[in-house]
Amino acid sequence: MPDDFASQSHIRLGSNSGKPQTRLDGIAKITGSATYAADNAPQDMIWAVHAGAPAARGKVVALDTAAALAHPGVIDVMTPENRPELAQDPDARAEFFAMKIDVLQNDAARYAGAPVALVLAETLEAALEGARLLAPQVEAEPARIGFGSSEPYEPPFVGFGSPAKTVTGDMEAGFAAAAQNVEVEIETPPQYHNAMEPHAIVAQWDGDRLILDTPNQAIVMSCPMFAAYFGIPPENVHIRSPYLGGGFGSKAVINAPQILACLAARQTGRPVKLVLGRSQMFGPVGHRGATKQTLKLGIDGEGRLTALSHHAVAATSAFDDFLEPAANASLNTYACPAISATHAGSRWDIGTPGAMRAPGEASGSAALECAMDEAAHAAGLDPLEFRLRNYAETDPASGRAFSSKELRECYRLGAERFGWAGRPLEPGQMRDARGRLIGWGMGTSLFQAPMFRAEARATLRADGTAVVETAAADMGQGAWTALAQIAADGLGLDLAQVEFRSGDSKLPDAGIAGGSGHTATAGSALFSAGQDVVAKLAALALADPDSPLHGAGNQAVTARDGRLFLAADESRSASYADILASAGQEALTGNGEGVRNPKDAEERAMFSHGAVFAEVAVDPDLFQIRVTRLVGAFAAGQIINPKLAESQLLGGMVWGLGFALHEEGIHDPRTGRPVNGDLAGYHVPVNADFVQIEALTVPEADPYVNALGVKGVGEIGITGSVGAIANAVWHATGRRARRFPIHVEDLL
Amino acid sequence: MKSFEYLRPETLDEALAALSDPDAASLGGGTNLLDLMKLGVAGPERIVDLARLPGLDRIETLPDGMTRVGALVRNSDLAADPGFAAAFPMVAEALLSGASAQLRNAATVGGNLMQATRCAYFQDPFAACNRRAAGSGCDALGGANRGHAVLGWSPACIAVHPSDFCVPLAALGAEAEIAGPSGTRLVPLAEFHLLPGEEPHRATALEPGEIVLALRLPAAAAGFAGNARYLKLRERTSYAFAVVSAAAALRIEDGTVAAARLALGGVAARPWRCSEAEEALAGKPATAESFAAAASIALSNAAPSGANGYKIVLAERLLARTMAAAAAGTPAEMPALPGSLMDDTGEAAHA
Ligand SMILES: Cc1cc2nc3c(=O)[nH]c(=O)nc-3n(C[C@H](O)[C@H](O)[C@H](O)COP(=O)(O)OP(=O)(O)OC[C@H]3O[C@@H](n4cnc5c(N)ncnc54)[C@H](O)[C@@H]3O)c2cc1C
Ligand code: SF4
Repeated sequence: MPDDFASQSHIRLGSNSGKPQTRLDGIAKITGSATYAADNAPQDMIWAVHAGAPAARGKVVALDTAAALAHPGVIDVMTPENRPELAQDPDARAEFFAMKIDVLQNDAARYAGAPVALVLAETLEAALEGARLLAPQVEAEPARIGFGSSEPYEPPFVGFGSPAKTVTGDMEAGFAAAAQNVEVEIETPPQYHNAMEPHAIVAQWDGDRLILDTPNQAIVMSCPMFAAYFGIPPENVHIRSPYLGGGFGSKAVINAPQILACLAARQTGRPVKLVLGRSQMFGPVGHRGATKQTLKLGIDGEGRLTALSHHAVAATSAFDDFLEPAANASLNTYACPAISATHAGSRWDIGTPGAMRAPGEASGSAALECAMDEAAHAAGLDPLEFRLRNYAETDPASGRAFSSKELRECYRLGAERFGWAGRPLEPGQMRDARGRLIGWGMGTSLFQAPMFRAEARATLRADGTAVVETAAADMGQGAWTALAQIAADGLGLDLAQVEFRSGDSKLPDAGIAGGSGHTATAGSALFSAGQDVVAKLAALALADPDSPLHGAGNQAVTARDGRLFLAADESRSASYADILASAGQEALTGNGEGVRNPKDAEERAMFSHGAVFAEVAVDPDLFQIRVTRLVGAFAAGQIINPKLAESQLLGGMVWGLGFALHEEGIHDPRTGRPVNGDLAGYHVPVNADFVQIEALTVPEADPYVNALGVKGVGEIGITGSVGAIANAVWHATGRRARRFPIHVEDLL
Repeated sequence: MKSFEYLRPETLDEALAALSDPDAASLGGGTNLLDLMKLGVAGPERIVDLARLPGLDRIETLPDGMTRVGALVRNSDLAADPGFAAAFPMVAEALLSGASAQLRNAATVGGNLMQATRCAYFQDPFAACNRRAAGSGCDALGGANRGHAVLGWSPACIAVHPSDFCVPLAALGAEAEIAGPSGTRLVPLAEFHLLPGEEPHRATALEPGEIVLALRLPAAAAGFAGNARYLKLRERTSYAFAVVSAAAALRIEDGTVAAARLALGGVAARPWRCSEAEEALAGKPATAESFAAAASIALSNAAPSGANGYKIVLAERLLARTMAAAAAGTPAEMPALPGSLMDDTGEAAHA
């Protein structure tokens, strides 16, 4: 990243943005002084632990509540029989983001691990033992797990309201024009977010006010959702969520254990703490649903796509719908005259899936990039050359111009850094000194660059320092830091002069930390709040006969280092503190909003792009796969903090390796119970899995996404990486991945 | 979790007395026992913490040349002991290929021997499992069993023993020193873990009320130090149990294998000593052909117990590879990734 990158942008971000500022909450986190939700222990608090259904489909026929109640320390057991009323039907999906949840509304078991009772006790140990003593029994029917287990159905939409079926162009004509077709079928398994911090809540009632310490990715938006279950006004819910130990989408929607804890707190009149055990995270808090994807690519004699059809069967629960919008990954990536992206649903007896880091794009791009690799080989072209021939100059799905797209530069830089040139077309051609098969593969990365809506407030204080406020969520991605940098720039202050308050629902709504749109959205609000302060200050100064800026009329002023300067004559300036003092004001508040210009949103397609290159070394008879190099080059608009952006991109690539080689939620095909519901069995990558991994960014100015030119870096790293690794494995071994993760027996 | 009584006896006699309660369990580092208690798989009424027992935290050489390792020696300390690692390099390599540094710091020698299978159905109190609840059935049959046994299994149980450490120990003819109410006895490690047969709930040769006091390695085992390797296939580069693993120690004289010590891990309910293969290899030239032939003998009785036939192929190839790696000489230093084929820095892991 060039140092002067910030100045290339159309907007003069100040000197704080663009700096690799170390995360401001880092010390608090590593020294343990950062209070995560479960660290709270209010006076008089009790513990709640839920017992989970031991089978995925059936009816709970026995619960030994007497045994649990007899255990010392157990206070109460909540079951469907005595569960207090809720003000909202948990199966109603009263709101778009309110998924159906299992909060003891009846005796049905709809997935393994669904809450069937809640034990309240004076200690965690007693609550755990009480839950064990309940020994729930289920009259079970065979679980439906796997794509063969139920008839596919046609969903009304996929993901959060994305179309289930999109066809552009004439598919028939497209395939008719093809010199050859490539067909690929790929399965991806259920994957579980497994944030390091388990879901936790400390719930307390003060009259009809509900105070919650709970990690949350959409702090203000969640208040009305909690309120609806308890029949209280949204403003009576106070969520405190200063730190999250990872969210990845699983902390964005309300889950059943949280609601049960709130109920228990209301019923007992005591604060209640509930913390999920690791194994309890394999059910009630969402996951990435399994997919079975079929792609058919038509290519002409020159290696150009003539038609691209991508069909994804996506698994969801038996009772609710969240379908991984996997096929939609094919809508915006490559130029093609005819594209069809369609979905079907498959009902399994499993917890309802939800958004998990790059929902849709991760699974869909994995399959698309594998298919593109096969097509390149069929066309006799280098995979990079093939992608360049199918480079989309405009958005293939909508025909709209891209707001910016430096993907060509990503391809160039990534390939150069990796040393892609000279790659043999055929597989199995390269070996290292130890005789391992070497393969190179690549994938294109793509992720939407959305903006939601956010508000922020900035207050300048008499001493010239400021406090800025917005209810943003730092999931570990670094929002505390990057957003503070933007806020400081909006105010023309140094980062150290700005106190950043966040993570609390009493603050202005920062929208959701998700969809890779948080920095863009909350950042825009913060920046404009700062600019609002500056504008008000300027008005004061210009009107003040004693001010060096007096009488400047409507000449431009610039804000920098806590002073306002006359743009045309920088010798005329006044400090913020002086301006406030002369005006006799203790403080000055500005407000800002972050929202995308509707015209730009309408006219432009907005995405981050990238290219990932992978090298693998594969043992020729034992087929152990070593990813020896992983290089990604990404264009994601203005980079606010290169250090944090790099760690987000690397984290995404790490996740991509896990997707390709490790992550797999296994459910017993008969009972539906998780078979590997802990971190010893559910593998994610470890440090030793990486030899060389590198994320580069490419400068990209984007005047349309928002005034800051910011896109997002949170999710894109996964896309591209999965395919790159699978394609490298093929290039080494000649064997194509047909399912993820790639198992050794698939290569033997 | 369930309430229990916690005792920390100061002498062996006190410990054995405390363990006479059939619902008592010995505690080593707790890295396995506590997990099983939290899962509701183990529910002892009494925990007998062995930590204070005198003399069990030592590595010593007995008058007859045997190496004796006390049951309380930590996995990490044993692997780092220069004398021990020099004499039994593949044991050190196996230890370091297991679990994580934090777990190895806590795990004891006795606990490692006694650790339970990682079969998911054993760990799930709601599943049918003959090993956990005699006669209840075996949900692993017909369930998720990619990782299960290909040797020595029975229709009653197809679980594997998860220890890395025990594999080279079985190969080298180590013995477990066991103390109980009726005195002390020695059991060869290759027979310490029981094959399931009809009674998978009996996992080891330990009788109720007995404890493992120590391990003994014969003096002759050190004679293999120059050509000994432990290699382990796993589903990520570290911090994962073996899919299959192999220990191979060779005594090579003039290019001929004078004696071999071979064992496989991850394939059976016990570390699988490959005696027939050892015999077949003795006197043969130390070549890839001999190793392949011996490996094929080792797996000749293998059969899948589910979706795990691939393990037979892998185990055979890995065993041959491990012999080749051993023949190439024990590395002068412990590889950066012990027991791993993923070591990019080290020497070629195969000839
Ligand atoms: C996440 C994870 C990953 C792991 N990965 C690996 C791996 O890759 N390879 C590997 O080999 N192991 C692995 N392990 C297992 C680890 O090696 C064992 O948990 C450990 O060795 C057990 O030792 P301990 O002292 O903690 O035993 P404890 O937990 O204290 O005891 C285990 C059992 O042994 C009994 N016991 C303990 N000491 C004695 C004694 N002296 N006499 C009689 N009985 C006794 C206990 O009653 C209990 O039944 C892993 C464990 C975990 C949790
Ligand atoms: S394989 Fe053995 S341990 Fe696993 S369920 Fe069957 S009986 Fe139990």
